[in-house]
Amino acid sequence: MSGISDAELREMTQEERVNALGMTTEQLTGKSLYIEFDPDAQERFAYPWAPDVDFNKRTEIDTGDLTNTEVNSRIRDLMAEGYGTIVLQNPRGKHSLAVGILSRLNLIIEGSTGYFGVGLIDGPNVRINGRVGWSCAENMMSGTVIIEKNAGSTFGAAIRGGDLVCKGSVGSRTGIDMKGGTIIVGGDTGALSGFMMQRGRMVVCGNAGKNLGDSMYDGTIYVGGDIRSLGVDAVPADLTELDKEWLTRKLTQYGLMPENGVDHFTKIVAGKQLWNYDNLEPNEKKLIL
Amino acid sequence: MCGIAGLIHKGRRSNVGAEMTSMLQALKHRGPDSTGYAVYGDPGDGEYVMRLKVAEAEDMELGRSIHDQLERRIEAVDAILAEHEAEVRAKERVRPYALRYVLNHDGDTGDMAEHIEETEGVEILSFGNGLELIKDLGDAGIVAEAYGLSDFEGTHGIGHTRMATESDVDIKSAHPYWAFPYNDVSVVHNGQITNYWIMRREMERKGHRFVSDCDSELLAVYTAHHLANGVALEESLRRSIDEIDGVFTYLVCTRDQLGMAKDTMAAKPLVLYESDDLIAMASEEVAIRAIFPEEIETHDPYDEEVRVWQA
Repeated sequence: MSGISDAELREMTQEERVNALGMTTEQLTGKSLYIEFDPDAQERFAYPWAPDVDFNKRTEIDTGDLTNTEVNSRIRDLMAEGYGTIVLQNPRGKHSLAVGILSRLNLIIEGSTGYFGVGLIDGPNVRINGRVGWSCAENMMSGTVIIEKNAGSTFGAAIRGGDLVCKGSVGSRTGIDMKGGTIIVGGDTGALSGFMMQRGRMVVCGNAGKNLGDSMYDGTIYVGGDIRSLGVDAVPADLTELDKEWLTRKLTQYGLMPENGVDHFTKIVAGKQLWNYDNLEPNEKKLIL
Repeated sequence: MCGIAGLIHKGRRSNVGAEMTSMLQALKHRGPDSTGYAVYGDPGDGEYVMRLKVAEAEDMELGRSIHDQLERRIEAVDAILAEHEAEVRAKERVRPYALRYVLNHDGDTGDMAEHIEETEGVEILSFGNGLELIKDLGDAGIVAEAYGLSDFEGTHGIGHTRMATESDVDIKSAHPYWAFPYNDVSVVHNGQITNYWIMRREMERKGHRFVSDCDSELLAVYTAHHLANGVALEESLRRSIDEIDGVFTYLVCTRDQLGMAKDTMAAKPLVLYESDDLIAMASEEVAIRAIFPEEIETHDPYDEEVRVWQA
């Protein structure tokens, strides 16, 4: 919003104000709000306290006899020592492993985790060679999380960015309240997936449970299999060439590209008949209107 | 938030007491108030096992007179057993307020159970040819040690760690629930039943009795009602999805089966592991990992999912 005065904003048309404030329309999903940041401001995305890690510096933690708090503290200590690749052994379904990592890191978890694994992260690349419990990667901001087996419910709840990939099937309420980013499911997903979704994209290669996309505000859901039922205000939309191109690129990237391609995918978006779909915060609205 | 767990061995026996203890101890954080087990063994041909309590654990702090009351209650139970011509093969006072009887009886066990429960302060926790239901205050380690569960051989079992939210911290509100007076049926539940009072009154009108105000007891009575009327366990579980409101995941055991049902919202967790000879399930993966240190395949059952496994 660099240096635009209220007086200048008042002189502009609504479209000019939207552009001047960095609010534009995202083509794939319809009406969506995002801010295009100045490349010069990229450095602002690195937290000042983030350790400078070396991805070639690798170590392991045997988590078997450690509490989840001890494991998370150990990860931070190792990152402070410059370790950029950390392997967690014997997680045995522990909860809240590797939460709150706010900088670059290669993290490999050799086994299955419990609830709230890798939640509140912003930047790391995580591979979990097992299953994850409920609320994996909740509130993820950026980075990638790849799960080799199945996942529990509320997978990727409220994520804002990054790629969250489960190669198996996931439970119910996948991507509930998601505000950005991408969720990809290799298998099936349960009921109420995409519930109150606000932005971002979800891809389900298998079947989707009942009430898919219920009360979604925005965003896009792609389903390769059957949809048991659509939720309130979730409606089918045309699968465009741009959609197919994006699906092909993403699914190929994670080794989940179906043999029969992506033409059969169903695209679901918000019907936008349910509530007030203004994209603007109240204070932004005052500036523009 | 409560924790539930269950396991069933197909065609073989195992130390289900120790296995369930490991699983329930791993779920202690979901419910530290009380822990309960319903484990299924084999007491012998024609023999019944009856577990009962003659007071609440907290009653033991009421003073000297409670001990006299306990003796009178136990004498009354023994007299009723004699009146019904039940042969007491073994009698063990596991705790000052908890007893285990092994019986031979040819008559109407339901009638005898109702007679015993007419004794003030006495509640039968379980009755059956295989079921042994143990529940008390404290975590799984405490309860297992107090009741000698570390070497219980059997085929299957379910268990519960309770965080009391809507009824008291006492044994009668702890899970599992035996489906009085139907032999060998037990239930554990995680969730909240919102049409509890409507359903309870319906069951009471049909002649069923409740010992607590805990909504989970409804599931035991509901299941017992169906089984007693010839409805198969799987069908009973399916009907409950439509007829019972609220959020719930619950497990049911009979003499040779273990079943599960999940509500329409799938709001309460369950993680499932299935192999050729063992099925294990729990509110959290960490409980299954307590008996499987090696990497295994697990998944979450979906909404409205009903499953039944045979021992």
